[in-house]
Amino acid sequence: MRRGRIFLILLIVFLTLGMVSCKKKDSDTIKIGVAGAHSGDLASYGLPTVKAAELVVKDANANGGILGRQVELVIEDDVCKPEVATNTASKLVGEKVVGVIGHICSGATKAALGIYKDSNIFAISPSATNPPLTQSGDYPNFFRTIASDDAQARLEVDFALDTLGFTKIAVLHDKGDYGKGLAEFAKGFLEKDDRAEVVLYEGVTPGAVDYTAVINKIEASGAQAIIFGGYHPEASKIVGQMRKAGMDTVFISDDGVKDDTFIKVAGEYAEGVYATGPKDTTNNPLAKKAIKEHQDTYGEDPGAFYLNAYAATLAVLNAIEAAGATDYDAVTNALRTEWVETPLGKIRFDEKGDAIGIGFSMYQVRNGAYVEIK
Amino acid sequence: MKLDFFLGLLLGGLTRGSIYALLALGYTMVYGIIQLINFAHGEIYMIGAFTALIVAGVLTLSGMPTLAIFAIALVVAVVYAMGYGYTIEKMAYKPLRQAPRLSVLISAIGMSMFLQNYVLLAQTSDFQPFPALIPEFAFLEPYRKIISSSQLFILITTAIVMVLLTILIRYTRTGKAMRATSQDKTMAMLVGINVNKVISTTFIIGSGTAALGGLLISSHIGQINFYIGFIAGIKAFVAAVLGGIGSIPGAVLGSFVLGMTESFGTGLVSSDYEDVFAFVFLILILIFRPEGLLGRSTKQKV
Repeated sequence: MRRGRIFLILLIVFLTLGMVSCKKKDSDTIKIGVAGAHSGDLASYGLPTVKAAELVVKDANANGGILGRQVELVIEDDVCKPEVATNTASKLVGEKVVGVIGHICSGATKAALGIYKDSNIFAISPSATNPPLTQSGDYPNFFRTIASDDAQARLEVDFALDTLGFTKIAVLHDKGDYGKGLAEFAKGFLEKDDRAEVVLYEGVTPGAVDYTAVINKIEASGAQAIIFGGYHPEASKIVGQMRKAGMDTVFISDDGVKDDTFIKVAGEYAEGVYATGPKDTTNNPLAKKAIKEHQDTYGEDPGAFYLNAYAATLAVLNAIEAAGATDYDAVTNALRTEWVETPLGKIRFDEKGDAIGIGFSMYQVRNGAYVEIK
Repeated sequence: MKLDFFLGLLLGGLTRGSIYALLALGYTMVYGIIQLINFAHGEIYMIGAFTALIVAGVLTLSGMPTLAIFAIALVVAVVYAMGYGYTIEKMAYKPLRQAPRLSVLISAIGMSMFLQNYVLLAQTSDFQPFPALIPEFAFLEPYRKIISSSQLFILITTAIVMVLLTILIRYTRTGKAMRATSQDKTMAMLVGINVNKVISTTFIIGSGTAALGGLLISSHIGQINFYIGFIAGIKAFVAAVLGGIGSIPGAVLGSFVLGMTESFGTGLVSSDYEDVFAFVFLILILIFRPEGLLGRSTKQKV
């Protein structure tokens, strides 16, 4: 008797599910997936993306949609877990989405990308910064509206070679994950370029009583510039000791150093130091509009990666519009070729999927403050 | 190897060694007298530097000349740190005089953590700029790369402190009492030496030199935070063991050997291995000379 009842319940469940999936949807809509952590401890990274996508799509639909069709969002949670992300991805494939805004975490993104690739679906992440996602070339269907971890190193190297024209560069780091990672990228880029040579590559010990020996070594190596990966306490020590020893070697560093504490601690020695940091886009009119929209709708300030997600959604809608179709080749091609105005500035995507026009700017300490070098 | 590169490393190593020596003296003297490794010693170094920072900050407002500020800050920092050393001994070690050695050691570790966190709360965890108290002037061109005025000052000050300390221990009554206490505490007591006073004196002297070291190095590198005493303290402790803990000339020698090893290790191989060299060297010394470079091997009584 009990078995019969369970069977009945299961039957109802399956029938209902069947009805849901068989429900005649308006086939005329353009479906776009939104995937990321919408629950669990990382939800605060994923939910702003959902809100951004909803706001942009609401706007677009109110203005008559894209290609004369309404846009429909298919929102799926992956909890930032790679094993869940594969299910999420399969569901979105089943829903026949054109593309996906997401995922949020690098690991989950990587897990889902293979599934999308097989089904000719592109994904555009507002937050996955892991460099190989674009650089390995394994995922031609992947794009992102955030700069990858190595973008800073690229900018530092380009700046040292192109703008300043140096030929001998020392690369230092603080032996930490972030600093060493950046320094390794910088070293790699310099080695590929034959205009300059890496005359010194070393890690300094954070907290050591002084850096005289390393500084002697830099002096002896004849380096014209130092690219340093790490944070400001070590940077200010190195710069201070160098300047005291009468060395005017140019110091180029990262956003771990682009911090006002650095200027406070290094004092007069900070003058002239270069550091990369995220581009300042808060004065961008679209950014102001996006933030205001969020405040009006939800009564609070937007969370993490909101602007990146807003930019991603705008880029997708713009690409579909420009391509005049929703098929994979046309849309990805448009993502790569069509410039679009976003809250992060005017962007399009390069061959590998990283956004051109997004990322870091070079700053220099001038008169005790960081000034963006245009 | 170019000569100025070599000299730069040499003087860099000596500077580092001087700082270690100023700290290691405290470790070795305290150990020599009560067989305690005073782990709170690195924090005295840090507190000395912070005192100088605060005093210098206040005095700068009054518009005094740098040299006067330096002199006052130095005296205040040293005296204040001496007070700290005295108090710590009275609070954390004296009540445990008859307790097993391990209890005192744990009390020392507790004191170290307490002081670190106390300064962390009173100040901030951020690095703060430290004014260049030691008069900064640049040497002429070929020498400028090799040594800075603050390095020179550190070397000279350390040398003076060493000489004064030697005189104190060799030729004064206090020194004699300290030597007697370190040889045999009970016997010293029986011949009428006030052992508690000797122990306090030792703590006071050690704290003074540690504060001096903290002040000099902070002025040299221009920054400070609550954590600087930890690493410097560990290194100075290593230096004291290297030289033979309990031996004052040993602590100085050990400090310079350690400073040189780090400096030349960094200069000739890579700073990636700075600490590796220092500790490999320590292990080698301890394998072949367990009592340290200048330490005396003590025979266990049966």
